[in-house]
Order: sequence, then structure tokens, then C-alpha cells
Amino acid sequence: MSGHPPVPGQPALDAHLVVDRGGFRLDVRLAVAPGEVVAVVGPNGAGKTTALRALAGLLRLSAGHVWLAGRPLDEPATGVWVPPERRRVGVVFQDHLLFPHLSAVENVAFGPRCRGAGRREARRQAGEWLRRVGVAHLARYRPGQLSGGQAQRVALARALVGRPPLLLLDEPLAALDAGTRADTRAELNRHLSTHDGGTLLVTHDPLDALILADRLVVIEDGRVVQEGDAATITARPQADYVARLVGLNLYRGDADGRTVVLDNGFKLTVGDANHGRVFVAFRPSAVALHRYPPEGSPRNVWPTRIDGLHHHGDTLRVELGPPLPLSADVTPQAASQLRLAPGSQVWASVKAVEISAYPAGGD
Amino acid sequence: MSDPDGSAPARPSPRSRLPVLALVPALLGLAFLVLPLLGLVARTPWTTLPARLTEPGVLTALGLSLQTATVATVACLVLGVPLAWLLARTPFRGRRVVRALVTVPMVLPPVVGGVALLLVFGRRGVIGGWLDATFGVTIPFTPAAVVMAQSFVAMPFLVIAVEGALRGADTRYEEAAATLGAGRWTTFRRVTLPMVAPGVVAGAVLCWARALGEFGATITFAGNFPGRTQTMPLAVYLALETDLEAAIVLSLVLLLVSVAILASLRDRWLGGATTT
Repeated sequence: MSGHPPVPGQPALDAHLVVDRGGFRLDVRLAVAPGEVVAVVGPNGAGKTTALRALAGLLRLSAGHVWLAGRPLDEPATGVWVPPERRRVGVVFQDHLLFPHLSAVENVAFGPRCRGAGRREARRQAGEWLRRVGVAHLARYRPGQLSGGQAQRVALARALVGRPPLLLLDEPLAALDAGTRADTRAELNRHLSTHDGGTLLVTHDPLDALILADRLVVIEDGRVVQEGDAATITARPQADYVARLVGLNLYRGDADGRTVVLDNGFKLTVGDANHGRVFVAFRPSAVALHRYPPEGSPRNVWPTRIDGLHHHGDTLRVELGPPLPLSADVTPQAASQLRLAPGSQVWASVKAVEISAYPAGGD
Repeated sequence: MSDPDGSAPARPSPRSRLPVLALVPALLGLAFLVLPLLGLVARTPWTTLPARLTEPGVLTALGLSLQTATVATVACLVLGVPLAWLLARTPFRGRRVVRALVTVPMVLPPVVGGVALLLVFGRRGVIGGWLDATFGVTIPFTPAAVVMAQSFVAMPFLVIAVEGALRGADTRYEEAAATLGAGRWTTFRRVTLPMVAPGVVAGAVLCWARALGEFGATITFAGNFPGRTQTMPLAVYLALETDLEAAIVLSLVLLLVSVAILASLRDRWLGGATTT
């Protein structure tokens, strides 16, 4: 049952996942410390689920290694392979995958029973975990009778009951509707913070990742494009994907001092001097819109067209078209004064100091 | 009733319109299937029925039929469910050929099955000869032979039903079980099997019904000894030559059993398999 408790200082998980699958190659390094919550974020098809399945043992590595609590689980080079049932990795699946023919308490007791606990002991443990996640009163219900949020809690209890050194969560909130989502996220956050093993969650939603995780690993096309805590990732995103979701306008280009020629040929004057390949990022709120060419001398001014308008919190988000597609935030008052409408022509300006430029990593 | 422009006259929905040319054969077909059964019921000697039913020969044949069909079904479950699992879940070379072989007894005339069984398990057969020489066991013309004949013709029904259920089952639940520490056997017993239970039950009921009605292979391989190998269908056939009324009573009993099976199967299908 035990024998490999998480040792402080030693990573719970140390993995280099290499999986080749018909033209797609996943190659990512992941480390999770005991008690740490790491989120693997990326768009659909980036390889998130493949990584999770490899860690759970549902998929074999082509190369690399998975070490859990100092013990090798999968290492093609040495021929080590531990099947999923002997890994002690708890998994919360995207659709929960609660066994439909078993009640909630039987679902949670399933793991302890498989690992040798007697019927009474397994049910006792299951009951305790159901109480911990706040659904003790639903113990006798079948999964079909539970709401999405309730099923998620039962699935969490089922994954945690054996106190695994590693907990994996596959899109833990994707199956929930918007209403229960926020509540469940807060709830999940609370449980993850008390879990003393490592936690790795994969999600396509950066918001979930930012709230739940201590550290983010952004992957695209099977590779890590950025890694760090929430502040780093949001301040200097290295992926369009993250930038879009944290609400930044992000471009790649070549810098020569404070002038950057973007990959689409558009030229911007920026706040930071660089040379070579850079990312250029600015907030939608840094963009000013004008009906006529603005007076004064902002460095970046150009005529453009409005492609779309929609509400974004208290502000109005304006999507601008060529020559530089971007998002701009304006107040509803400004929007009505400017008589903004899709298709209308406006002038856009962005102050150079509002635009940050930073070297593009691994480009 | 018709559109103002008259281009699309009102008419019943297309589904309810059946050409007379098709309606006549449809009704004839229905009558052909139902009339003989009605005839059987109509000719039933209701006054002497209780006495007939309690005749020792009838009860013996009925008892033997129910017992052998049940044992055969259990045997088919023990052998057929793993076979279905093999066909549904394990990719191997020649799987299509194996699946075809499994279904052969469904289309083979049962008499041929009986002859084949006799050739292999008969006293001079490959396996039967060895059993006789080694253990002094002879199979043909015993109740065991009845069970084997029934299993031979009925098992494909079970295998096909269970394999279909297994193919339709979501294998991700098995992965979930593995991450919870369940080995393959535990996963099969506690997750896969309960989830395909409606399919297994449907298959077992079909299998049992087929075994109950088995005639050709049984009479060839097990013979027709009252009390030992004479099952209901054999008794019906025999009675037909000597005592028509007895044959009718025996047939009625089988008909009622069959209808009961059909009713139970319908509930299973509507209540279980459709929701998985």
C-alpha cells in the first residue's frame, strides 16, 4: 500500500514525456513537487491529454521517463513499466467516469477494495472522503442521479481516497455549466490546497489554470512554449493562445532598438529596446480610437476599420481589422461619441510606452 | 383540405401510405405466422388439460428440458462470455475467421451439428474414444449429450449478443478502474461485466430459448430415451405419431414458455440495453 511517501524536497513527479503517435510528437518535461499544483495549459490537440494518459499509465512512452516519488514507472530505455493499477496515481477524468452501476460510496470504495481493504474498511474510508468533499448525504445515489458538480466531487473523492502521491485532473471543470463552474472551482481549489501529494491538471482554460495552479506549463503542438507562475505567464506570454485568453494583443516581429517590424510587415514603436526576434504585447485598454486623425504625436497611429463590437465587462471590446488586427477596449460613452459600428472607419493609436517588447524564447 | 394553389393535395403522411400491393402480402405474412399458433390454442383439449399436464411422461420431459436447457445456458455463459470478450476486445490475426466460425452453428442444420458431435464425441470419435478408453466415460445418448447438443446450437446466440454489448461499452470506464488499482480480472468482473449485464442477460435468454427448442442435434447425438434424453421437442414429435392430443398439450406448454421468454426479453431490452 505505502512505501513511497512523498519526501520533502524530492519532486513527487519527475517526467520527460516523449510519445510518438502517427505524425504527432509529444515531448515535454514536467516536474511536480509534493503539495504543488501544476497546470498544463494548451489549446485542443496540443497533447495535454496524451501527457496525462502517459502519466497515468494508460499510454506507453516512446522515450523519456516517468518517476514518481523516486520510483521509476515508465522508462523505455531500461525497460521499466509499471501498469496503471500499480501506480498509485489518482485520476479525475473529464467526464468523471463514475461507474454507473455503483452508488457514490461504492465508487469511492472501489479503489480501497482493489488495493486490499476489507468491505467495511473500504466503505468507511469512502464515507469519510465523501464527507470531506461535502457530499456524504449522496452516498447511496447512483451517478445518473447526481448533478455535474456533485459527480465531480465524488470523482475527486474517488481519486484521493488512496492518498496518491500524484493526482491528475483532466479538464476538471469542462463538463460543468457556467453556474456551477465558479463554485466548483473555488471548492476544488480548497481541496487541492490540502492535498499533500503533487497535483497536475490539464485544461484548455487559462482562467482555471491561473486560479487553481501554483505553476503553469503552456504547451502547443506537443512542446512546452512557456513555464512559470501566473504573474510571469500573464505579463509576458509566449503563446498567442495564452495572450488571447489573458486579453493581450500579442505579435511576433524583429526589433531594431525601439522599432519593431511585425511579421505582417506593420511597424510599431515600442517601449523597450531589443534586437532580433521579439514578442510585442499591449493591453486592449492601451488602444485609443479616434474619428479623425489625432492631434499631438503618438508614435503609432494608423487608419483602420471596425470588424466587430461586443460587451466585455463594463467596457466595450472593439475588434479592429487590417492593417493590424487587434482588440481595443473603450468605454460605452466613448463608443457612442465616436459612433462606433462594425464597418466604420476609425483611427487607432497606441503610445509607445504602453507596448512592451521582450525576446521571443525558442523561436 | 388542399393548398390554395392545388399543387400539393392534402394527404396522409408518407409513412402511413402503404401500397395495396404490399399490404396484401404483409397481412398474409402476419396471418401465416399467427394462425398456426391460434390453431394450436383452438385445438387444445381444455377439459382434459390438467390431467394431461400431470401425466408422468409430460412432467419428466418438461423437467429434463428445463434442466438441460439451464445447464447448457450456464455452460454457454462460462465459455461464451470469455469468447465474446476475446472477439470484442483482443485484436489478433484471423479474428474475422474465428467470428465466422463461431456463427456457423447458427446457420448449420442442427442435424449436421448432431452428426459432427457424434463423430468427435462418439465412442469411436477422436475425443470420445479417448474419454472411453481413459475414464470409461461415454457421452452419446446421455443427458450430458443433450446438454452438449443444446450448447452447440445455442452458444453462438449468446456470443453474438455479448460481443455486441462489449463492443458498445465505453472502455474508458475500464481505464478508470485500472487507475483505481483494479487488475484486468477485477476490472472485468466489477466494471465490464456489470455494464454489459443487459446484453449478457438478453444473450442468455435467447440461448436458453434456443436450447429449450433444440431437436435435430439432440435426437442425433443424444437419442430419444424417455427420462434420460427425451426433451420436450422430442416428446412432441413422438406423441404426434401416437397421440395427437398429447402432442398438442406438450406444444402448448412450449408455446407458453416461449411467450414468457419473449415478454421478459422485451422488458430487458427496453429497460436496459437501450440506455447503455
